[in-house]
Amino acid sequence: MNSNIIYLDNSATTKPHPEVLQTFLQVNEQYYANPASIHEAGVEANALLMRAREQIAGIVGTEAKHVIFTAGGTESNNFAIFGTAQANTHKGKHILTTKIEHPSVLEAVKRLAQEGFEVEYLAVNEVGIISLDKLREKVRPDTILVSIMHVNNEMGAIQPIAEAAAIIHAQSRALFHVDAVQSFGKIPVRFHDEHGPDLITISGHKIHALKGSGALLLRKKLTVAPFLVGGGQEFGLRSGTVAVPQAVALAKAARMAIEAMPEKQLQFEKWSNDLHAFLRKFGRDIHLLSSEAGAAHIVSFSVNGLKGEVLINALQQHGIIVSTSSACSSKQTTTSHVVEALNVIPSFKKGVLRVSFGAHTTDAHIEQFKKVFTVIMRDLKGENKE
Amino acid sequence: MIFKEILIRYGELSTKGRNKNDFIRRLRENIRYSFTDIWPLKIRAERDRMFIEIENDEKYEVLMQRLPEVFGIQSFSPVAACEKDIDAMKQLAIDIMAQYGDKPLTFKVEVRRTDKHFPFDTYMIQRELGGAVLSNHQNISVQVKKPDVELRVEVRYDAIYMMGQIIPGAAGMPVGSNGKSLLMLSGGIDSPVAGYLMMKRGVRLEAIHFYSPPYTSEHSLQKVKDLANELTKFGAKIRLHVIPFTEIQVLIKDRVPENMTMTVTRRMMLRIADKVREEIGALAIVTGESLGQVASQTLESLTAINAVTTTPILRPLIAMDKLDIIQIAERINTYETSVQPYEDCCTIFTPARPKTKPKAEKVAYFESFTEFDELIERAVKNREMHLLPAKKETVDKFADLL
Repeated sequence: MNSNIIYLDNSATTKPHPEVLQTFLQVNEQYYANPASIHEAGVEANALLMRAREQIAGIVGTEAKHVIFTAGGTESNNFAIFGTAQANTHKGKHILTTKIEHPSVLEAVKRLAQEGFEVEYLAVNEVGIISLDKLREKVRPDTILVSIMHVNNEMGAIQPIAEAAAIIHAQSRALFHVDAVQSFGKIPVRFHDEHGPDLITISGHKIHALKGSGALLLRKKLTVAPFLVGGGQEFGLRSGTVAVPQAVALAKAARMAIEAMPEKQLQFEKWSNDLHAFLRKFGRDIHLLSSEAGAAHIVSFSVNGLKGEVLINALQQHGIIVSTSSACSSKQTTTSHVVEALNVIPSFKKGVLRVSFGAHTTDAHIEQFKKVFTVIMRDLKGENKE
Repeated sequence: MIFKEILIRYGELSTKGRNKNDFIRRLRENIRYSFTDIWPLKIRAERDRMFIEIENDEKYEVLMQRLPEVFGIQSFSPVAACEKDIDAMKQLAIDIMAQYGDKPLTFKVEVRRTDKHFPFDTYMIQRELGGAVLSNHQNISVQVKKPDVELRVEVRYDAIYMMGQIIPGAAGMPVGSNGKSLLMLSGGIDSPVAGYLMMKRGVRLEAIHFYSPPYTSEHSLQKVKDLANELTKFGAKIRLHVIPFTEIQVLIKDRVPENMTMTVTRRMMLRIADKVREEIGALAIVTGESLGQVASQTLESLTAINAVTTTPILRPLIAMDKLDIIQIAERINTYETSVQPYEDCCTIFTPARPKTKPKAEKVAYFESFTEFDELIERAVKNREMHLLPAKKETVDKFADLL
């Protein structure tokens, strides 16, 4: 990728930090032994792996033995859902989630529905937030799993996780899974003993670590069926030789993200406020999907009567990279399920754009985006009129 | 921070007449040992309870987190205080109850009036404070039998004290109040649990481990150090004696019929342990043996092994099921370490069919052809000693990677 490019698609993936790449390389060179081996080198690799686990556990408030390294967010979400569902059928078969989850949650529960589980979906309001009253209505004694994402990947809505946890734990024995892929490292993500989530999904490449790394974090020892079976690695829950370099890189990126968070939060908020104000000036031509109340690193909006793809191409010609609502769904021609769930009026459905900030975003990037976007809007509107 | 101090109830200590002062002194020392990182703490010990002053939020957090692990504490409560004024009392009651958040909750007010001259009697205090809490917290209701929270109000001479929570402690007795014993620490699941249970009864421990390089690796030794280190978290230093055992083990294998090697090995271990025990002035030997768990732990085996000494051998797990032992191991955080897959000296040279009903005389007869005494002396003399908790490694080679 051209180094002059302004990369504003950090919710799709991020550029790894040089320090993280350095760690990845060094661990591959020095601690490449299998951490399950009992020879010196293996023991050392395992000690390093444990340190990585401890570091992540410390950040989210659990114990090292409850950090299970996976190949990323999708695997962690699949694991959380299949693992808890299969292991808890004796308590019930009722599963609750929302309409705006990531496909790795939605497709997983869909499969469970085909296998005889009863799945219900919570709707969201126009700003993408679930109704706690509806949740209270739907959680039943035989609910075994509730999965609610922390920050929505397409438009940044932040769900009331603590309040949801209180309702879920008061009314059922269900495990509460939170997909924190978009929030981890951006806003505080923590277990709160029995007052919060039971499982949390995190992903490495969203916080400047490597693709192919993530973790499923457990609050305590839970009844979860193993996701991958084999040699019994990761406390028997996820077999396969553990990718130590990825895990250590993830731990380092997580630490860096947490350390930078206070400063980044202020920056992201400033840019988010700035862009929202900027976009509002376009009046009825632009419909905002995100708001200042959501996660500050995601700004999402739609342009009346235009296709997202057209806007992306136009911005790209000026060296600016953004995406349509999500990277996963951007190649599909149908409207995203999140946009559908938000009840966006039809003429705005096709033109969704997502601008997302990362650790390497600067003030100049935002200014440049505004400048270019103004030009593009003028040009494209002109074309429309012809 | 509305809490001023933490009240600690001694529980079992309270029943001990003459030794009480000694116990209180030990408990105080152990608290000091457990909280070296936030020392100094202001501790005030009375006959039936102890108070730790809360100076700031950080100390409060650490105390609340670790006090449940200190032996000799039946329960403890964070205590708030206010002046002897009914409005101040109402406000404090409301603040304390606010700590429980918005979930539905039942409560009642319990009053203890040490100062009988306080103008409000028990009933009036109950009514005033109860009313204040109820009108300020919609989620709270009164229940006299088994409420979720019992708000205790104490009218003392100097001030009013209030507490809501009673948090269970680790119970038991302060480590050191019941003498010293030598723990045979193998690296398995059972022995650390046995050590923990004895510590809970106030026993100070030293530990002994048999090390047979190259049959057992450096890692198996490290594992034992880790386990001993884990035990120190319950409030005491532990000295670990590592016995070079290869020579004796190899000799046993050579000289004793195979089906008896296990019994003889155990007897040698016990003889060595007994010598070490004598040197360090411990009174008993602690093992993790559990009846019938393995061939060396049948009643016949225990008898044949025990025959080499008259020292009391304490076996706190003798009547426990394996699953119960594992449960404790998990709770005290030794399980994960114990199940690491390294050979220990008990699992090498294991005979295919060890005798489960060995006779002490017969075993002694087979031992009599070999001069073990000198080897035992030498093993005891050449032992290595490690004091735990170990000082943290100063160089962290992983630091820049993480």
